[in-house]
Amino acid sequence: MIITVASGKGGTGKTTISVNLALSLNNVQLLDCDVEEPNCDLFIKSNIIEKKDVFTLVPEINKEKCIFCKKCTQLCEYNAIVVLEDKSFLIKEMCHGCGVCSYFCPEHAIIEQKKHIGVIEKGEKLGLQIITGKLDIGEVMAPFVIKEVKKNINKNQINILDASPGTSCSVVASIIDTDYVILVTEPTPFGLHDLQLAVDLLRSMNILFGVVVNKSDIGDNKVFDYCEKENISILLTIPFKKEISQYYAQGISMVESNSSYKEMFKNLYEKILKQIGNK
Amino acid sequence: MKEFVIISGKGGTGKTTLTASFIALEQNQIIVDCDVDASDLHLILKPEIKIKEKFIAGKTAVIDEKLCIKCGKCIECCRFNAIKDFKVYDIFCEGCSFCYHVCPVNAINMKDKFSAFWFYSNTRYGKMFHASLKPGEENSGKLISLIREQARNKALKDEKDLIIIDGPPGTSCPVISSITGVNLVLVVIEPTCSSLHDFKRVYELVCLFKIKILVCINKWDISKELTKNIEEYCLSNNIEIVGKIPFDKSIIKSLLNGKTVVEEYNNELTQTIKDMWIKIKKYLNNKGGKG
Amino acid sequence: MKLAITSDGIDLDAIVSSRFGRAKNFIIVNIDTMDFKCVENIQSINSVSGAGIQAAQIVANEKVDVVITGNCGPKAFKVLESANIKLIVNAGGSIKELIEKYKNGELKITEMPNVKGHWI
Repeated sequence: MIITVASGKGGTGKTTISVNLALSLNNVQLLDCDVEEPNCDLFIKSNIIEKKDVFTLVPEINKEKCIFCKKCTQLCEYNAIVVLEDKSFLIKEMCHGCGVCSYFCPEHAIIEQKKHIGVIEKGEKLGLQIITGKLDIGEVMAPFVIKEVKKNINKNQINILDASPGTSCSVVASIIDTDYVILVTEPTPFGLHDLQLAVDLLRSMNILFGVVVNKSDIGDNKVFDYCEKENISILLTIPFKKEISQYYAQGISMVESNSSYKEMFKNLYEKILKQIGNK
Repeated sequence: MKEFVIISGKGGTGKTTLTASFIALEQNQIIVDCDVDASDLHLILKPEIKIKEKFIAGKTAVIDEKLCIKCGKCIECCRFNAIKDFKVYDIFCEGCSFCYHVCPVNAINMKDKFSAFWFYSNTRYGKMFHASLKPGEENSGKLISLIREQARNKALKDEKDLIIIDGPPGTSCPVISSITGVNLVLVVIEPTCSSLHDFKRVYELVCLFKIKILVCINKWDISKELTKNIEEYCLSNNIEIVGKIPFDKSIIKSLLNGKTVVEEYNNELTQTIKDMWIKIKKYLNNKGGKG
Repeated sequence: MKLAITSDGIDLDAIVSSRFGRAKNFIIVNIDTMDFKCVENIQSINSVSGAGIQAAQIVANEKVDVVITGNCGPKAFKVLESANIKLIVNAGGSIKELIEKYKNGELKITEMPNVKGHWI
C-alpha cells in the first residue's frame, strides 16, 4: 500500500500528517520525498543505518578525439555544447544529462562522468524505517533523487510518502503510481486556492484522494464548501492548538506529545481503506 | 534600479503575506510573483490582467502509433522514464529528442510544450508580472527568468527604482532563478525545527551566489527557545535579523478580506512591519549589493 | 576585417538591435570592401534557452573579428571569447554610422559581458 501526503500550499501540515500517520500504524515505513527540504527525520530522530550517494551523468569531450564535426551541437536541444572551428566545450549548466551527444558522436569522443546530486539516508527508530532523500544544494534534478527514494518502496508494507508542496514535476514524481493521496490544506484563501490546483492535478492523473483540513478553525468555511461542492471526502479536521504548534516547533510529533492522538490517525487510515474499497 | 526578493526555504512561514505588506508600504514599484507553481500574491493584490502570454517550456515527444514497430529503442534511450508502453508521458518528457533521433522508422515527432501562462497586470500598487504553471509541469526556472526579465525591462522603461519579488519555497531551480542577480534577499523563518533546518539549506544556497541576506522571524512567540536558536545561528553567521513578528490570528482576517495586513490594521503589529521595511530600504539604498 | 552587427533590418541603413542572442539578423560586413550580407538568427530565436550561445556560434561560423551589439550575456560572451571574437556593447544608431565610428576608433572593445545571464 502506498499513501502519499501532498499539499498545494506549503506549511499546511503535510509533514505533521506523514510523520504522525507513520508513528500510529504498524508494518509501515516512511519515505521523505521532499528532497529539497526533507523534514520528517527531524521528528523521527532515527539512527542512520545506511547512506547511498545519488549520481547523474554529465558528458565530457575528449579533446584528442574530437574532430569538430558539430554533430553533437546540432543534436543538443539545450545549447549545452559549443563547437567552433578548432575548439569544443560544454556549458555545464545548460546540460540536462540526456546522453544524445555521447551516443551519436562518430568518434566516441564524448564520455559521461558521474556527477553527485544527492544522498539517500536510511534510518531506523523503534521498528519504524525512514528513508530520506536529500538533493545537494544548488542541484536541480529533484525528480531524479525522488525516484531513487521510491526504489525503497516495500510492497509488503504500508508506505507513507511525504511529498514536496506545490504541483510541479517534483510532486508528480512523488505521487505517480501511488494508491492514494492525502491532500493537506488550511481554511484560508491561500490554502483554498492551492488546494484547487492540487485537486486539478490529481484528477488529471486519475488518482484517488481525500483532504485533511489542518488548523481548521483559523479561517473561514470556503474550503469546506468547496469540498462539499466537489464531492471531495474530508478525512480529518484538526483544530488549531497552540500546544500542538509549540511541540511541532520543538520537533516533537503529536503522538509523541500525547499518545491518544494515535486513535485519530488510525481512524484516518481506516477511512482511506474504506474509500479505496468503495472505489 | 534594485531587485529585492523574499524567500522562505520551508513553505508556509508567512512570506507572501509579509511581501504583500511591503508592497503596500512601498506603493509604487514593479512586482514579480515568482511562486509560479502555487502563486498566491494575486489573491491579495487582485491584479487586472493586461497581457496574457503562453509560455513554451521546450518540446515533448509524440509517438505515432501507426508507424511504431515497438522495437523499444526509445524506451531504452530515454533517461527520464518518459516512455511507457510506447506512449510518451508529457509530464516527464524533457524534450531532449533522443528518442526522435534513435527511432528507426521515424515514428516520433517533437512538438512544442506549452506549460504555463504568464501575465502582465495592473495592481493598486504598481505593475505586476506573474504566471501560472499548469499542474504537473516542470518548474525549471525558465518561466521565472522570463517574467523577471520582463519586469527588469519595464522597470528601466518606466524608471522605477525597485522590483519586489515574491519568491518560491524550496532550494532548487525556481529559487535559484528567483535570486540570481538580486541586490538583497530576505528569508522569512518561523521558530520551528523544520524552518531552521530548511533555512540553513537556503542560507547555503544564497551564499553560493554571494548575495546579502537578511532574516525575519515570523510567529516568533510560538517557541521562544527556537527563536533563541535562530538568533544564535544568525549571530554566529553575521546575519542580521531585521524583524520579529508575533503570532497573530488577526493576520488571517486581513487575508480573508483580500487586504494586506498594513491596509487592514494600524497597531503594534503593523508598526513592526513598517520598522522592518525601513531597515530593508536602508540596505537597498545604501548598502544594497553583493556581499 | 569582418564585423557582425545585430539588427532587425537587412541592410546597412538598419538600426543596431539591443539583444545579441535574440536579434533577428546579423549584418556581416567586410569593412575593407564594404561588402555585406544578412545572416538570419532564426535558430537562436527559436531556442527555448541558450539563444546567446547559439547566436555566438552562428557568428563564429562566419569568421567575424568583432561583434557590435546592445547587450550580451556571460554565456554568449564565453563562446565569443573562445572564438577570439571581440565584443562591443551598448551600441546605438545605424549600421553605417557604427562602421564609421569603428573605423575612426571611436568604439571601445569590452572586456566582459554587460548584462546578467538568465539561469537555465
